[in-house]
Order: sequence, then structure tokens, then C-alpha cells
Amino acid sequence: MNMQTAITMTAAETALVDAYTAQIGELPGEGAVLSARDTLLADLRKQGLPTRRVESWHYTDLRALLRSVPAVDPTAFAQQVDPLVAGSSVLAVLNGKAATKGAPAGVNVRSYADSLVEGVAAADLVERDADDAIGRINGSFVRDGFEIEVVEGTELEQPLELQLVQSAGQSHTRFPVTCGASTKAVVIERHLSVGDAPSLVTTVCDLILDEGAEITWIILQQQGDADSHLAQVNFDLGTNARLRLFVINAGGKLVRQEVHGVTTGEGSDFKLRGINLLGGETHTDVTFTLGHDVPNTTSTEIIRNVLLGRAKGVFQGQIRVAPDAQKTDAKMACNTLLLSDDADFSAKPELEIFADDVQCGHGATVIDINETQLFYLRARGIPENKARAMLVNAFVDEIVEELEDEAVIEPLEAIIAAWLETHA
Amino acid sequence: MLEIKNLHARIAEDGTEIIRGLDLTVKAGEVAAIMGPNGSGKSTLSYILSGREDYEVTEGDILYNGESILELDPSERAAKGIFLAFQYPVEIPGVATMQFLKVALNEQRKYRGEEELSTPDFIRRVKEASARLQINPDMLKRPLNVGFSGGEKKRAEILQMALLEPKLCVLDETDSGLDIDALKIVADGVNALRSPDRAVVVITHYQRLLEYIVPDSVHVLYKGQIIKSGDKSLALDLEANGYANIIDAAA
Repeated sequence: MNMQTAITMTAAETALVDAYTAQIGELPGEGAVLSARDTLLADLRKQGLPTRRVESWHYTDLRALLRSVPAVDPTAFAQQVDPLVAGSSVLAVLNGKAATKGAPAGVNVRSYADSLVEGVAAADLVERDADDAIGRINGSFVRDGFEIEVVEGTELEQPLELQLVQSAGQSHTRFPVTCGASTKAVVIERHLSVGDAPSLVTTVCDLILDEGAEITWIILQQQGDADSHLAQVNFDLGTNARLRLFVINAGGKLVRQEVHGVTTGEGSDFKLRGINLLGGETHTDVTFTLGHDVPNTTSTEIIRNVLLGRAKGVFQGQIRVAPDAQKTDAKMACNTLLLSDDADFSAKPELEIFADDVQCGHGATVIDINETQLFYLRARGIPENKARAMLVNAFVDEIVEELEDEAVIEPLEAIIAAWLETHA
Repeated sequence: MLEIKNLHARIAEDGTEIIRGLDLTVKAGEVAAIMGPNGSGKSTLSYILSGREDYEVTEGDILYNGESILELDPSERAAKGIFLAFQYPVEIPGVATMQFLKVALNEQRKYRGEEELSTPDFIRRVKEASARLQINPDMLKRPLNVGFSGGEKKRAEILQMALLEPKLCVLDETDSGLDIDALKIVADGVNALRSPDRAVVVITHYQRLLEYIVPDSVHVLYKGQIIKSGDKSLALDLEANGYANIIDAAA
């Protein structure tokens, strides 16, 4: 029985429920898809948006933070832009609608709207757990996205860019991605916004890496100052699969990026590299869970945060090691450069270890500019303000450099430098 | 070129006095060696010359080309031509060596009202200087000093010195951690910079470096004062007999 007494819905909750009633006739999919949507929305209506009393949302009280939800704007217009890395294949999603299909050889793509209409998407539209607010909102309203298959053995020479451009209103998309055995690819999931109108963007990506797949997935989130961004990546790593996931947040008013993964094949390796550039009056949350479910798997997580203004940041990182997952090696670090007294960062690392022969560690530090490094740069004639800026840049560039591909590193470092210049 | 007059300085944090009435004059074109036992204030002196804020000058003055530099910050001193080759060059992950060199060169030029170097001109200069110092160009693509061996770090310091073309070079224990081959390369690099309008202050523990960089004058620093000055034979004397006699004589 639900013991909760009826609560008054917030403006955002009311807007979501009303939007569902208004849109239901036009959302793609019938039968099982429709009933999955109904279930998700019923849960949303019943539970409301999560508050700080829900453990996994303790530092991001979505109910308090999501003040309003912009209405769907059918007149909103957005255009595809040049890819981040010249020569990339671009799959664009403009205001929530899958627009072009420019898939390279060895990659099969179809619009997720088709999967919804055909009903095969119904199985996707479930909650991860009782606190899965992102899955619930996304699943209720999802209209499009891409279903992507990288065919076994394919090695992509150039990056594949998923380009999501939002000008106003709402967009809810999903990206089921299967990387076949022995595939190699760099995928850039890029979130852009045009104009000042507020928008709500939710995305869910489900990545499956088969045996020996080596994938670099870069999420570059550059939404506008008024935008809310709720995103989730779920991944499953097969035998000897390697996934490097870069999460770069350099925009948005309210951002929650969830990353949930499991290693289901021995010898698999996962790397999470996060860069949070946070300024103004914004709230950004990166929440990560990883289950080392089988023996001999490894992971490292490094999160670097730079905070300015009155920004608030959150990193929650949970690593679980299953009882028979011996020889797990997992290391997690969260380093924060607080450049403003009014900014605030909360880090919550968690290790749940049920195996005895494992190496696991975590560390969270708040650091300041290194005075010795600063003196060294100044002693070479670099003025103090410029030397400081170089060190802040270096603090995050060090993570970007791990990509080891100049064609990708250069535009990312330029974006970081520009962000720091504008905000510092 | 450099005149240090009755200099007193202490550690800013705890007030410990390190330099206690130091006098030293180095002329343009001169190579001056400063030797002294551990804890005599050698490294402190090099930091004070380059403007490190961990130290406070409480008395006396430092004149560079006749002007006091005490009010100048480290970057201004560098742009005016004072260069410190660090005993322990600092590793800066995330800053590529080439990028650092270019920013440093151009910031100094900007301060002096000179035009910035064009990229091809800059690259040509770096190539020439690094070839002379037998520096592998791949090293310059790496982050500054990160993963460099001891010898590579010292060579990188001399490379910076060659590119920045300072007027007053202060070498702080540049010989520490170098094998004999690396020592020769570094010494050659320094000797190549010797010129009538440039002065070099070599701070060292041992006579060894002075076999390769032959000084015009040698000064013994002890408890924050110069207690004896002489020519290069003083260094040989110290090597043979140690500091004890000189310290006793000065006491």
C-alpha cells in the first residue's frame, strides 16, 4: 500500500502530467509501447519528482530544482551545425527529431520513432529502479532518437557524431547502441542549444559492447543557461570489451548525467573521465554506478571539476563488486578546483565489495592552484592572471589529453579554454 | 649588472632569517660562482632574485642595471631579463612544453613592447636551440617536465634560457642529478650564452661544474653572508680543503 498522503504537485510536475494528456494522441507507438508509457507516467504522477529524501537524489532535489517545464514548441526551429571533428559522420537530432541519416559503412541506423511505432521499443520503456526519474520522464515522452548497430569487425576511421540541437521546448530521445565484436569507434554525443529560450532535454543511451569492442564515447554537453538536461547512459561490457566514457559538462542550468554500467564479460575495462566546468547559478550532477559482476574486470574513474560563481556540483560514484568478481581492480578519484567561495561541490564515493581478492580505492580532494607551478610559470615571464588561467586549463586538459588523438583533443581544449575565458 | 647590498631576508611564513647582510656585485660579461655548504642560503638567494613571495626582504636592496627590482613581481623580473634555472624544474601536467615556451616568449616580448613571434619563426628558433642541446623534438610535445629524466629536465631549463635570451642567468645547482655527459651538454649550452652583455650566477655545491663553466669570480656563502671572494682558484681550494678553514677564518 502507498502510505504517502496526497501531495500537492509542483508546477513542473503538473506541467509534465498535463503535457502527457495533451500529447498522448501524437506520441509514436501503440499497444505495448502505450501501456509502458502509461505505467511510467502513472509512477511519475504517484511519486512526484524525487526529493532529497530519496537517497540517490539527496544532493539534487529535482522536485525543488526543476521549477518549470517549458511547453512543447512545435514551431521551434533548429539547424544542423558542422561536426566537432572535421570528417565525422553526423546523425542529427533537431529539437528532438531524428533529422538525417549519414551513417558510415558498417553502421546500421534507424530512427527510434520507427521502433516505437513498430512496438519493439516497448521493452526499453521500463524503470531501472524505483528512483529512476530520468527513465520515467524519458520513457513517458520519448519520440525519437537513433537505434545504432556497429556491425561486427567494423573499425571506424572517423568519429560518429550524435548531434542534438535544441532551440526551445522539450526533447526526449533514446539511443540503443550495439557495438558488435571487435568493433572500434569514437562516438561524440554532443548537446547544443541555440537561442535563449529554456528547454528540457532528456536522453537515454543504452550501450552494449560485444566481445573485444573498443569504444570511446564522448558526451559534450553545452546547453544554454536556462536549460535543463536529464541524461542517462546504461552500458554492458562483454568479454574483453573496453569502453572509455568522457563526460564534459560546459553548460546547462540544471544538469543530471547518470552513468550506470555492468561488466558482464571477463577482461573488460571501463574508464570514466569527467570534466565539469561549472559557473553562474547552476546545478550539475554526475551520478555513476558500476557493477563489477564477473572476475578479472577493471575500471578507473577520474572526475575533474572547476567551479566558479555560485555553481553547485555533485559527483556520486558507486562501485559494486559481486561476490565472485575476484581480481577486480577499480580506482575512483574526484578532484575539485573551487575558484569561488560561493560555489559548492559534493562528492559521494561508495564502494560495496563482496569479494575478497580485489583492489579498490577512491579519493576525493578539493585543491587549490599549486603555488610552486604558479611561481615557475611566472618566473618565465608569464603574468600571474595568465599563469593561473593556464593552470586551471591544464587541470582539465590533462584529462582530455588521454584521448591521444589531436583531431579530437584540439576542439575540446578550445571549448574548455573558451568556457574558462568567458566565465573566469 | 647585479648589485646586492646588505641584503637581509626571511621566510615569510615563520620569520626565519636566511640571508643576513649579503653583499655581491656581478658585472656584465662576468660568470660568478656561489658556493657554500648545505643550508647556507644558496637556493634562497636564487628565489629572492627571481621574486618568489615565500621570502621577505627586510633590509638592503637588489639593483639590476642600477634599478631596484624588489617591487617587481616574478614575471616582470623575467621580462626584464632575469632567468632562474631551477634546481628542481617543476612538472606541469596538462601544459604542453611547446605551448608553454610560446606563451612565455610572447608574454616577455609583449611586456617589452616587442611584437609577438610568428609561429614559423618560433618553431625555427626552438628547433635550432633544441638541436644544439641534443633535445629530442618529441620531448617538447610532452607536458612540461612531466616524465622527463633528471638530465632532460636540466636540458629543458637551458633550452628555455637559450630561447628567452635573458641578461642575468641564475643557475641553481644545475649540476645536481646530472651524469658527466649531460653535464657537458648543459655546460656547453651555458657557455654558448656567455657574452659581454650577459652575466651568469652559478650556484653550486661542487667544483665539478666549474671545470666546464669556468667562473670569473667565486664567492663563498655561509649563514646568509658572502664570507670570502676570490677567483677560480678559490673553488679548487674549497674542493681540496673543504669549507672549515674559510668558515673558521671568517668567524
